[in-house]
Amino acid sequence: MSEFLQQLLNGLSLGAIYALIALGYTMVYGVLRFINFAHSDVFMVGAFLGYYLGKLVPEHTIWGGLAVLAVSMIGCAILGMTIERLAYRPLRSAPTLNVLITAIGVSLLLEYTGQVFFGAAPRNFPSIFPVRNFSFGSVIVTSNQLIVIAVSVVLMIVLQLIVYRTKIGTAMRAVSLNPKAAALMGVNNDVVISFTFGLGSALAAAGGILYALNYPSIDPLMGVMPGLKAFVAAILGGIGNIPGAALGGLILGTVETFVSGSQWSTYKDAIAFAILIIIMLFRPAGLLGKFTVEKV
Amino acid sequence: MLRITDLSVSYGAISALDGISFAIEQGAIVTLIGGNGAGKTTTLRTISGLLRPKAGRIEFLGEDITKLRPHQIVARGLCHVPEGRMIFSNLTVDENLAMGAYLQSDDELIARNRDYVFSIFPRLKERIRQMAGTLSGGEQQMLAIGRALMGNPKFLMLDEPSLGIAPRLISTIFEKIVEINQQHGITILLVEQNANLALEVSRTAYVLETGHIVMQGESKQLRTDPQLKATYLGG
Repeated sequence: MSEFLQQLLNGLSLGAIYALIALGYTMVYGVLRFINFAHSDVFMVGAFLGYYLGKLVPEHTIWGGLAVLAVSMIGCAILGMTIERLAYRPLRSAPTLNVLITAIGVSLLLEYTGQVFFGAAPRNFPSIFPVRNFSFGSVIVTSNQLIVIAVSVVLMIVLQLIVYRTKIGTAMRAVSLNPKAAALMGVNNDVVISFTFGLGSALAAAGGILYALNYPSIDPLMGVMPGLKAFVAAILGGIGNIPGAALGGLILGTVETFVSGSQWSTYKDAIAFAILIIIMLFRPAGLLGKFTVEKV
Repeated sequence: MLRITDLSVSYGAISALDGISFAIEQGAIVTLIGGNGAGKTTTLRTISGLLRPKAGRIEFLGEDITKLRPHQIVARGLCHVPEGRMIFSNLTVDENLAMGAYLQSDDELIARNRDYVFSIFPRLKERIRQMAGTLSGGEQQMLAIGRALMGNPKFLMLDEPSLGIAPRLISTIFEKIVEINQQHGITILLVEQNANLALEVSRTAYVLETGHIVMQGESKQLRTDPQLKATYLGG
């Protein structure tokens, strides 16, 4: 039982990180109907920003950690908006395939520019937050796990409030449902799309730092695997669906952790893609997604 | 109020509008009638900035708006209720109306416009928390018109408001269109396939045929025009 609880806790904290990244995929898909493959590299840049900023603040402090988190999120929001402006906006009326290929190009650009600036060798992520272990019976909760869960929950609540309670959030949903109709209401779609990229990229940065806290070895290609898994999480929950992305992330993180704690641990990375194949076969719209017929 | 000069629009190699010109005076209800593919919807979409013209000029209140983007045109008081209504189906009725008031910052004005919308379409008030996609066709049309009114328009373009609506609701909606025009002084450009109805409520009419204006005049006179009768009014 205690092993089950321990794994569940580990799984949820990993899942919360997948969820944060998956939200960015799903929101961008919502407004632009394409998968931003460069998203996982914004996650990586977030971790590296955290790495450099972490050297400027004293270690093991809550305020230092939160400051690093906030500044990295702002930095990545700007990066995401810049990518959208320079790479995707000129292709607004181009076929989706062109945008998709461009996204892969941007992804490679970020990864290998990262190698030029940060070097290819892994670096040790500083412990910016206080580190303590709490034990409840035989279940050990690390402070990093608590931080991951707390920060993710807070960010998801904030996101929910933005999307469902603010004017720009309503505009995001409107653009996602019908960009032309939104334009006829006076919405500048470019502003909403830019805002969506900023929001998604900020969440990716938070994901990057939280990931690095728990797996403190970072390198320019670190985004690839978590990015792919978060992508699967977004599909699992129903691409374009915000609560779905959060749910998909939590499920995927938990399943992966249970698999890696079992005798089939070698297959822990394979499980995500097995889930992808199964969901595509049996419920292509995802758990919370609605199957929509394109109307002519 | 609105002046269109030599407007041409094409989809790729196919020409949809071939140099049409017309002008609409403030306070009027003007209708654009014609068969399928005549270019009615294309005209409205080009005016509201959803389509880019190949040539020609669109002036609204003396300003050239030909090259403006849709949200800039809405900001000038020209609202478009598009064909097929295009309501936001996964947003509530309330949120749809809020989207209509997206560019309005005066809360008092927004509240007044909302009351006005509810006074002409009380149905919408009953369904305020409902997802717009669950409304009937007629209610969705009311919502689409109400949403446009939330933008405090000076000029309203309606594309096929009678399409896909129960016949008894059609007359209600057309009564309201006339009411909006008379009580609020909102100029209306109405596109309709139901030419009888359109000529009944409008002052002037233009008849479009394959991208050309083939006939124009007082709606009253056009209703008795033998040629028009034969083509559009069912004998």
